[in-house]
Amino acid sequence: MSGFLSLHGIRKEFNGVVAVDTFDLDVEPGEFVSFLGPSGCGKTTTLRMVAGFEQPTAGTIRLAGKDVTYAKANERNIGMVFQSYALFPNMTVAENIAFGLRVRKEEGSARSDRVSELLDLIHLPDKAKSYPNELSGGQQQRVALARALAIRPQLLLLDEPLSALDAKIRDDLRAEIRRIQRQLNITTIYVTHDQEEALALSDRVVVMSKGRMEQVGEPFEIYNNPATGFVASFVGQLNRLPVTVEDPALGRIRMGRNELRTTSMIEAPTGAGVSLMMRPEEITLDDAEENVLEGIVETVTFLGSIVRVQVGVEGSKVIADLFNERLLELPEAGDSTRISFPPHACWVMA
Amino acid sequence: MTISTAPIPVSTDAEAPEAPARRNRFWAWVIFIMTAVYFLIPLGATFWWSLRAEADKLGFEAYRRLFEDANFWPSFTESVVNAVAAIFLSLLIIVPTAYWVTLRLPRLRPVVEFITLLPFVIPAVVLVFGLIRLYGRPPLLLTATYDSSRVLLICAYAALSFPYMFRSVDNGLRAMDVRSLTEAAQSLGAGWPTILRRVIFPNLRVALLSGALLTFAIVIGELTIALFMAQQTFGPYMANLTRSKVYEPSAMAVVAFALTWAAMGTIALITRPGKRG
Ligand SMILES: Nc1ncnc2c1ncn2[C@@H]1O[C@H](COP(=O)(O)OP(=O)(O)OP(=O)(O)O)[C@@H](O)[C@H]1O
Ligand SMILES: [Mg+2]
Repeated sequence: MSGFLSLHGIRKEFNGVVAVDTFDLDVEPGEFVSFLGPSGCGKTTTLRMVAGFEQPTAGTIRLAGKDVTYAKANERNIGMVFQSYALFPNMTVAENIAFGLRVRKEEGSARSDRVSELLDLIHLPDKAKSYPNELSGGQQQRVALARALAIRPQLLLLDEPLSALDAKIRDDLRAEIRRIQRQLNITTIYVTHDQEEALALSDRVVVMSKGRMEQVGEPFEIYNNPATGFVASFVGQLNRLPVTVEDPALGRIRMGRNELRTTSMIEAPTGAGVSLMMRPEEITLDDAEENVLEGIVETVTFLGSIVRVQVGVEGSKVIADLFNERLLELPEAGDSTRISFPPHACWVMA
Repeated sequence: MTISTAPIPVSTDAEAPEAPARRNRFWAWVIFIMTAVYFLIPLGATFWWSLRAEADKLGFEAYRRLFEDANFWPSFTESVVNAVAAIFLSLLIIVPTAYWVTLRLPRLRPVVEFITLLPFVIPAVVLVFGLIRLYGRPPLLLTATYDSSRVLLICAYAALSFPYMFRSVDNGLRAMDVRSLTEAAQSLGAGWPTILRRVIFPNLRVALLSGALLTFAIVIGELTIALFMAQQTFGPYMANLTRSKVYEPSAMAVVAFALTWAAMGTIALITRPGKRG
């Protein structure tokens, strides 16, 4: 059973250099999927192949049951939103939104109805006659979204649409994009290198690295059960401690003098050197019954709602994120402290 | 106490760069005035001479005679038509070429740029002989009649305009995000003709106008090629006038100069910063 949009065995080379390799993905109708990964990992290239701006070196792309691998970009009926907005500077907001409808030779009155419908959708009904250079970045990107949606596309593609905007506007527009996507129930692919954006927006996230898919899953799954070391360290902060395996079946490990425990089995023999991973927010500075390590506080950073404490433990650095509670007594650099983490919140990787 | 002393060094720092700027402006003025004098004295002298057609008094007699000359308006009109035709031909060749090079073949840019510069390198005399030798023989025989020669002349003028046209269009294309605009239009369903007509051309308006006016200024008084192709255009008319009349050529020169400067002034006005493109 293949999805509404299905990418199968997609590969793209530029002059022999591989940009995307063995990319397989099925997207369900109405689903919001993000491509997340560091710069140069092939997110844009994959998106451009879906849009029809690049042709894959190998593989097939199917959209709504049709093979569109080599279809022309202007025959795919796919809406696209660019990082740089790409509004036509010679046209007003209304003309920009109507562009695709004019190209489709849609009738004048139907066209203007659709334009005002979209202006309402993006909450800019009074900007119809403005030119793009008279709008703020956030407003321009809303217009670009409306323009892409005006043609009732089968698929909406967004390539880092928020990265040119200020933090505050970025958050507002992020929520706006999700609201509109839900309202129209339009199948969407969203490219970003911002993990928070991907986790907050998506039904599913595709984490990519060096042209390959590392993991596909729901945000919760990606964050809590990262499939690879790359995903674990790219999505969210992660602590990594060198440990040796004591009893693989019981999840027992050792770090120096300290006995530690995880709740899952370990796929490595006794005595093997592995890494123990845990999220900073799982670590507490309270005393606990097990998984306790002693260390020295190195830095304390105030980040608003959380306080980030870096602790040196037997030559390794451990980051602990504590909630900023008014009654919390903050440690200071140089203090000796104990850190602990629950056995269910840590896992072992090679 | 310490707070009040702090701003003083900061403010002198901020003023420091102004002195060299002022000196630069002084030299800029000196050079500007010298250049202006260099151009204005001959022009003024020409104008002065053109006013002396009647004995013992200054007046516009030479201009009146010039405008009443039976050949003035026909040759002028012919040149204007040639110029407009050359501009359109040049636009039709240069805009799609520059667009395609920017979009798809950026590595070929230097090559294309060099080709468009050839009219600067090849003297007009060489160019016209080449054209006549190539197109004047069978099977083309473009020089056989006056009208077919005129077509060839317009093509030659279009080629002469390439350096200016390409530069203007190229600048215009660099000022916009050609690739994203093109892809945005494509994803909305537009094909190449629509993209060129509704997105690229309108956003190049200013660049196209300046290229067009420069072309106009060159073509309107062009002599060499027109002469060798036996065309009765404005250039040969002016040259002929110089040989047969005393005061009219000066009046002519002033008129031609005014035309060119009107073209230049229009460019400056259109491309003035702060205006919507
Ligand atoms: N037109 C091209 N020609 C040659 N190489 C290209 C081309 N486009 C992309 N690449 C290469 O393909 C790889 C993937 O690029 P891509 O733009 O898809 O990355 P990305 O994940 O979108 O990165 P970013 O977050 O920086 O936008 C990069 O190594 C890039 O250099
Ligand atoms: Mg990208």
